[in-house]
Amino acid sequence: MLSFHSSNIVSKTKTIGRRMFLLSTIKAVVVVGIFGRLASLQINDSRKYTSLADKNRFRETKIAPPRGIIEDYFGNEIASNNKIYQLHIVPDSTPNIDVLLVRLKSIINLSDKRLFLLKKQIARKKSWDTTIISDNLTWSEFSRINLFLHELQGAQPIVSVARHYNDNSSAHAIGYVSEISPRDLRTKKYLQDIKIEGVAIGKTGLESSLDEQMLGSPGYLRYEVNAYGKKVKQVAMNDGLKGKTFRTTLDQSIQNVATEALKNVSGAVCVMDIYNGDIISMVSSPNFDPNSFVHGVDKDEWKKLTENRDKPMLNKAVSGLYPPGSTIKTLTALSALENDIVSPRLFVECKGYTDLHGERFHCWKKKGHGVLGMRSAIKKSCDVYFYEVARRLGIDRLAATAKKFGLGQKVLTNFKEEKAGTVPDTKWKLNQIGKNWYIGETLHSGIGQGYFLSTPIQLCLMTAQLANGGFKIKPRIVVNDKKKVNSLQEYVDYKKENPNSTAVDLARFNFNLQPLFRNQENINFVKDAMFAASNEPGGTSYGSRYDNKKFMFAGKTGSSQIKRFTAEQREAETKQSEIAYLERDHAWFVAFAPVKDPKYAISVLVEHGGSGSSAAAPVAKKVIKKVIERHKIRVAQANQKESQET
Amino acid sequence: MLYTRTSLHTPFAIRDKFFHLDYTLLFSILLLGIISIFAQFSSSGGQFDYFSKSHAIRFCVFFILFLAVSFVNIRFWNDYSLLIFISLILLLIAVKFFGVQSQGSRRWINLFVFNLQPSELMKIGIILFLSNYYHKISSGDVNKFRYLLYPVIAMLVPFMLVLTQPDLGTAILILLSGLVVTWLAGVRWKIFAYLTLLAIAVAPIAISFLKPYQKSRILTFLNPDSDPLGAGYQIIQSKIAIGSGGLFGKGFLNGSQAYLNFLPEKHTDFIFTLYSEEFGFLGSAFMIFLYFMITYRIIVIGNTTRSIFGKLYCYGFSTAFFIYVAINMSMVLGLLPIVGAPLPILSYGGSSMLAMMFGLGIVMSCNVYKNNAIG
Repeated sequence: MLSFHSSNIVSKTKTIGRRMFLLSTIKAVVVVGIFGRLASLQINDSRKYTSLADKNRFRETKIAPPRGIIEDYFGNEIASNNKIYQLHIVPDSTPNIDVLLVRLKSIINLSDKRLFLLKKQIARKKSWDTTIISDNLTWSEFSRINLFLHELQGAQPIVSVARHYNDNSSAHAIGYVSEISPRDLRTKKYLQDIKIEGVAIGKTGLESSLDEQMLGSPGYLRYEVNAYGKKVKQVAMNDGLKGKTFRTTLDQSIQNVATEALKNVSGAVCVMDIYNGDIISMVSSPNFDPNSFVHGVDKDEWKKLTENRDKPMLNKAVSGLYPPGSTIKTLTALSALENDIVSPRLFVECKGYTDLHGERFHCWKKKGHGVLGMRSAIKKSCDVYFYEVARRLGIDRLAATAKKFGLGQKVLTNFKEEKAGTVPDTKWKLNQIGKNWYIGETLHSGIGQGYFLSTPIQLCLMTAQLANGGFKIKPRIVVNDKKKVNSLQEYVDYKKENPNSTAVDLARFNFNLQPLFRNQENINFVKDAMFAASNEPGGTSYGSRYDNKKFMFAGKTGSSQIKRFTAEQREAETKQSEIAYLERDHAWFVAFAPVKDPKYAISVLVEHGGSGSSAAAPVAKKVIKKVIERHKIRVAQANQKESQET
Repeated sequence: MLYTRTSLHTPFAIRDKFFHLDYTLLFSILLLGIISIFAQFSSSGGQFDYFSKSHAIRFCVFFILFLAVSFVNIRFWNDYSLLIFISLILLLIAVKFFGVQSQGSRRWINLFVFNLQPSELMKIGIILFLSNYYHKISSGDVNKFRYLLYPVIAMLVPFMLVLTQPDLGTAILILLSGLVVTWLAGVRWKIFAYLTLLAIAVAPIAISFLKPYQKSRILTFLNPDSDPLGAGYQIIQSKIAIGSGGLFGKGFLNGSQAYLNFLPEKHTDFIFTLYSEEFGFLGSAFMIFLYFMITYRIIVIGNTTRSIFGKLYCYGFSTAFFIYVAINMSMVLGLLPIVGAPLPILSYGGSSMLAMMFGLGIVMSCNVYKNNAIG
């Protein structure tokens, strides 16, 4: 039995041993495979998986940086940041969210509708996410919440900052901020890293154009989260970078005076330094409260603003398009003189109308001005005289001069809402309307009617460039960081000291100026005519003059026709105030001051104001006084800044 | 070696028995056990909670059991293997009627102290039974049809019982354990070839009986990125955890994937992932080395033991042990579909640990009584 067993055992052992060897070989292969896989994951692809693991575990909450401040020229804050009081809740840390909300409703002002929306919002979010119940509590609400905080578990009173505008006078120039809309996200690339809840971005004006730099760079809170997304601990924190502060060229006190002067009318005022192009004031009326947009404007208020006849949301200074009216006569005259078409001694008889190819063109003065020369024609704003000048000049030459002086193109780069306007010529008409120009249109264009469209800022620039002796200036509203070499001012100073030098040569070679004239005498002639219009009896704005030399200004009125008078109206000598408001002419006034040694140019538009002399010139008069009064302070400020920088 | 190989007589005194233990194997197991306690501690988020505590206690208890089993004469285990096997079959049947149900499957019997999972024990039971069976029959009978019938029945009955619990992973492991012993015993290649063909033929039908979650697991394995938040989640997160461990690991208790709950089943099937994330490639290599040492020592014991039962059992167990380890690791490394196979000793689970320590105890018994002839 043993022997049988032993032979059996031997054969079995042999088989088992052989097969076990084979198995061990297979095992070795498997071990190598597992090792290889382990090495490939942990050594070759380690970096890839580490980043995946970090992506799993870290979540970042961005923190909104404080927005940059906008100051006026003197460092007064126009748009600043204010402390605001907010209420946040975290559903996770409250025993009963519904009870909490009901309790909150009794403490702060929460409408049923808002409550309903909040509940929906909370239901959509994770229970540990924060929901903003109110982002702008009043101080009394905030202190009441703090008083009852012990019974409001889960509610967090938070102090934060938000945009604040000190008054409404610069609402259009500065613009306003509001919540980011889906459209903003699509169109503004820089918003992609700053998509933070509660961040407001600039929507119009400087707030919009300087938005990217004023936003600053966001900080972050980095949390470690678990697989369910719950925050485990805070890993890192970064406060971000405060947005850049910008100084503008605006003067807050002039803004206030201009706003006051435009009270109760719809219109715009622009004031510009004629040498360096600084925009001293830019006001559009009626204005709005930009603060009401910061926390979301309510529907009724928005409706009121958008449906208002006077369009308070429109920045009329840069986006309002109006025919320039008689203010263009300065350029019509200049263009004719520069092109040697007429001389100032051209005399034309105004009978109140003129006929051309069977069409009758009326002067604003029905009785006519009689025989007058160019100076008187500008002074009295005679239409018939300029019909004749325009007829001889031709539209294309007039258009060229108008474009040279800044019409038909945007003046600033800071306003996306700015309009370029229209300077019509034969080519333009053929392209835009597809018809040939005819001579009657030239006549209308010569007095700033017809196809001509301009903005108040354009006419302000035009006046400034006439007033400074005919040199091109580059207007600005934001004070650049780079020190600006004011060569035109230097040139003017130099000329005062050396009255005998040849202006043009100096201009070209020493001061790198761009003259807009061929003969500066022509510019001086127009300036003198404008002086006459304001300061000599019979001038269109004689009624609004200053006798004090310090404030004395020279200006040109204008009125842009909305609707042509019918023959009956003309016959009856209908007054503007007698026709429907929306059919009344827009009133213009452009001027520079002081007459002797001019420094500032102003343009005033009053929508449906009737006539420039009665509606626009008085506004300009008030503003000019303030501008001149502020001149010394402004110069001092400029010098101080300059010495600081050097 | 700590013991002498010269002793030819059967040891009887406890002192002698200690003398005959394979200390390389013993210390490998002990080291693995200690590592497992640390791993479970880390898996519980760095505290001794219910899981880590009971795992530590179990390891201590079962390590004593392991020693106790190894001091019982190998002849006893040979004689009682049929009885053990039949008891386990009865337990599996009992599970069908009195089993504790959890997560859609009925796998456990409530023993008041803990829930016993007989299918885990069956992994050892089938090896024990088949070793005994092939020990008894003569080498000439191995390939006779009549003698093939018993092993086939012995494998299919527990396989079907476990499969219908349902527990596909364990059922496959039981079947594999059985097949290994059968094959080692000398059953012809041809028969395995036929069986493989049969399995391929039956596979489509079998797949139609699979539960939806089992099907999705296989599909997910083939392309884990197809459903990254659903069924593929486990594989992806496991690979991220292991890969991010790098060469040196993130350090003990610093495995972010595990700590922040990105890792599923981190106490049980994915414990190696956790370990690998915290100890990196070097730590993982060391663990593979430990498992290799254990398998290797078992084979050495099989080589030196004289009885066929002992040889078949040791070889069978070492291979099965290797398969469990290989399947679990391949699974967490994304080389195999997720089938629910624990990693021996390291994974949390009383029955699995009991089965492994019991099985290792019998191996050690082979070593202690290696010169004993079995009738």
